Formats: sequence, structure tokens, C-alpha cells
Amino acid sequence: MVEHRPLNDIIAYAILTLGVFIVAFPVYLALIASTHDAATVVSGNMPLSPGDQMLENYYRAVFIGGARTSREPVAQMLINSFISALGIALGKIFISMLSAYAVVYFRFPFRKTAFWIIFVTLMLPVEVRIYPTYKVVADLKMLDTYAGLILPLIASATGTLLFRQFFMTIPEELLEASRIDGAGPFRFFWDTLLPLSVTTIAALFVIQFIYGWNQYLWPLLITTQDSMQTIVIGIKKMLYTTDELAEWQLAMATAILAMLPPVAVVVFMQRLFVRGLVETEK
Amino acid sequence: MEKSVVFNSKLLPYLLLIPQLIITFVFFYWPASQAVWQSFLREDAFGLTSEFVGLENYTTLLAQPEYYAAMMVTVVFSSLVAALSLSIALLFATQADKNLKAAGAYKTLMIWPYAVAPAVAGVLWIFMFHPSLGTLARPLRFMNFDWNPLLNGNHAMALVVMAAVWKQISYNFLFFLAGLQSIPKSVLEAGAIDGAGPLRRFWTITFPLLSPTTFFLLVVNVVYVFFDTFGIIDAVTGGGPAGATTTLVYKVFADGRLGGDLGGSAAQSVILMIIVIALTAIQFKYIERKVQY
Repeated sequence: MVEHRPLNDIIAYAILTLGVFIVAFPVYLALIASTHDAATVVSGNMPLSPGDQMLENYYRAVFIGGARTSREPVAQMLINSFISALGIALGKIFISMLSAYAVVYFRFPFRKTAFWIIFVTLMLPVEVRIYPTYKVVADLKMLDTYAGLILPLIASATGTLLFRQFFMTIPEELLEASRIDGAGPFRFFWDTLLPLSVTTIAALFVIQFIYGWNQYLWPLLITTQDSMQTIVIGIKKMLYTTDELAEWQLAMATAILAMLPPVAVVVFMQRLFVRGLVETEK
Repeated sequence: MEKSVVFNSKLLPYLLLIPQLIITFVFFYWPASQAVWQSFLREDAFGLTSEFVGLENYTTLLAQPEYYAAMMVTVVFSSLVAALSLSIALLFATQADKNLKAAGAYKTLMIWPYAVAPAVAGVLWIFMFHPSLGTLARPLRFMNFDWNPLLNGNHAMALVVMAAVWKQISYNFLFFLAGLQSIPKSVLEAGAIDGAGPLRRFWTITFPLLSPTTFFLLVVNVVYVFFDTFGIIDAVTGGGPAGATTTLVYKVFADGRLGGDLGGSAAQSVILMIIVIALTAIQFKYIERKVQY
């Protein structure tokens, strides 16, 4: 900085600490609520320090499920969330890497057309065509299946654009050299392009995993059986019984469990996360 | 830029494109065109027959006071969320941009809410401000403030705005910080030599240089409010009370599902598509000129 005043630093630290406090407080409260018994939480006088029901609450949430709502235990929801988030992330990476490879490294009729057909999907998120998409999935008998949870959400151009951009930056000499060595399209992809793309793949994976994990409207529509619920919609269903009877301590334990995987991804893979976020927005 | 060295295979590129094209056609083009087609149809109450009614769904929709109410809610909601989350994030980003020792740690502590699902964020906030059990509703009651987001439309709006802002600060913070760090320090030094204090330097140098980032974030935030806040609204208020937090996207969902009015819901979808395409067009136009300061 241009001038360095100690007072300036103190103000900066104060503002940032306040910011971190605002950001963390709702989660702190949820964490506290998940360690008290039901009566303490609904009394309206919940203390701001942890209670002693933590193990009990998490055990019940994960393995037994709510007593009043007879919902699925969270363990099954976690599995569903993991499968659909992984499926969305890996599926998107798979289809978009192949199509970007075709668009960048081959010349063929309708190449531009194919690219535009894919590109247009950027403009319309699934929310605006929600019922027609529901109908297609219902006609294909994919309601309450993992395919139904995954496939409609990977129809998007973000990955294709990202890989296309990345492939463009790879020096042409690499392809020339591979061809002189007698490598065909498969060898080049497998031995040269894939190893070079590892960081891009990882960055896209991180973003798409979070995107898939946090889906709400789509799983809400297409899952009718409790056993196919993802954890994000499971929490809400726990709360909307009749309001007074909702088991908030279990819902909060579930909320903490729902946050943990994606937040861990952001914190521990911060570099990849930031890279993925910046590059998918270009 | 195009590659000049390529493979000469006739069939392979099509095979490579097939998975994405199939998924795009089945789950994107087919439903999107169905939405457009359905918006011109009217189904009977049992969904057995449908007849072509032209623009009737649109005229009915545009004659509904609820539709304009939802539009107003969307405008109010997006402006509040965008304005608040952008200015708060900018405040934090400018502080984190000062060469503090703990800047890295603060950055990590600020960005993680990005990973919290909107619906989960909504649940956290309704828990804090729940009229009967919320920890933060208690002091409000203590001050004789009749706080009830479940019954009062303005309170409900305030609550969804807070939850949406809370979740979006991290994203805006990250991009503002990157924008600030790309501003050359020499420009700020020149300003300091000319006698400009920190505040003056911010408003006359930093803020104008940051305008591309700000504009980009503005568009992204509006799109965020349109679509990603669905989970927040559904978890916190369910669009209520009395439609006070029913945004355009929420109305598409509610009319199609609860009301069963598929034609009207499709007409709303089509209008939304047009709005999103316009927003995206603005965004792309801007990105073309991104590097010009």
C-alpha cells in the first residue's frame, strides 16, 4: 500500500472480523441447536453454548430419522446426494470434454452448428423449463431414479466452453509432434491432452460437485419416494410438518451434515475452487 | 483462434459429439420447445384434451394483477439483494486488499458460504428469525417490535433478502478482491503523491477501475436472484404470506404444480426465457469489451 498507518490496519481487521462473524453466526446457531434437546430448542430461550445432546441428535438424524415425520434416515439421503453430485460432475466432464475435443481438433461439416447448439443451453437454466423437462423425464420412466436426478442437469455448455478455451491454449507443436510419432486421435487424447487437462478437470469437478450437491427444485419435483430424496430437500421436509411439532434439533443436525461436504471442498480445495469459479464464469 | 493442425477423421468427431448432443436435445431443446408450444394450448381440468388457444394464455396472464405483483416482488428483491450484497462485499474486499498479515485466512473465512445450498441457507435464517423460537427474534420482541415473517409480508421479504445476501457475499467478495488486486499499485501511488487521501483515491481511482467487475457482478447477481434463490424462498416463506415473496420463478413453479395451470405456467416460462436471453446478451456484449478501461 501507499502509506501504512497502524490505525488503518486496525479498522480493516475490525471490519473483516465483523464480516466473518456475520458470515459464521447462522451456522454457529445451527451447530448449537443440533446439540440441545427438542424442548430447549423450541423454548425460544436456547443458550448460545453447546448442550449435551450432540451424539444423540446426530445418531438419530443419520440412522433413525425423525420420530414425528417418519422420514428416511439421513444416511440414505447422504448417499443419494453423493451419487447425484458425483454423477452430475463426472457426467458433465465426460460429455463436455469429448465434444470440446471434437470441436477444437477436427474439421467437419456442421462443426459451427454443433457448437452453437450446445452454446445456446447456457442461456436457459433448468428452472425456466421445469415442467416440460419433468414431463420428458416422466415419459422416459426416470422419475425416482438416479438417471433422472443427474441427466437433465448435465445438459449445459459451461464445461464444453471451459475445455474448448483450454484446448485452444495448448501449443500446436504438441499435436504435430504426436502425429510425427504416429499417434492417432485416441493416443493423442489419452497420452497428451488428458494429462495436460488434469487441473482444468479438477477445477470443473469442484464447481460441479457443489452445484450438484446443492440442487433443490429439480430433486424436489422428480423424487416422490422418500428413499430417493437428497439431503437438501430432506431438511425442508423435516420442517414442514406442522410448524410447532417440527424437530428443529434434528433438522439443524441435518443442515450441518448437508453443508459439510461442499464446504469442505471449498476450504480444502480453495485454489481449484477459485480457479473453477473464475473460469466457468468467463 | 482456430487450430491449423487437426485430425482428418470423417466419423470420429460426430461420435465424440453424440453424447452431449443427445442429452442437449432430450433434456433441453425438447422441453424448451414443449414449453413454447404448451403456452399456446389450454388443457381441460383433467389434462386429457388440449386445444390451441393462440395468445390467450399470455393475455390472461398479463391481465392478472398477481403477475404484476410477482414482477414487482422480483424487481424489489433483486435490487435489494444486488445492492446490499455488492456493497457489503466491496467493503470487505477493500479491507482484505490492504496488505494484512491474515488476509489469506480472512479470505478463506469469507468465501465458504458459497458452498451452502440456498435451501439450507434459508433454513438457517428462518431458524434464527422464527417468530416463536428464533434467537434473534427474541431481542426484536423485547424491543416491542411485532416481528412475524410468517404473517407480515415486509418481514418475510426482509428475511429472504437477508438470507440471499448472506449467501451471495462470498461470491461477490471473491471477484471484487480479484478485481482490486489487478489494479496496478503505481496508479494509486501516483494519486497519493498528488495528495489524494485513501477515500478520495478509492472513489476517483479504484472504483472507476473496478467498474467492469462491478457490472459483471451486477448481471450475475440478478441472474442469481432470479433462479438460485428459489430454494431460499421455498424454505423460508413458500412464496407467502399472501404472495409477498412470490417471484416470477416461484410463480412458474406454484402455478404449474399447485394450480395445475400448465398453459399459464408455460407462458410464464416463455416470458422468463426472453428475460434471461436478454440478460445473457447484455452480459456477452459486456464481456466483449471487458478489457477496455
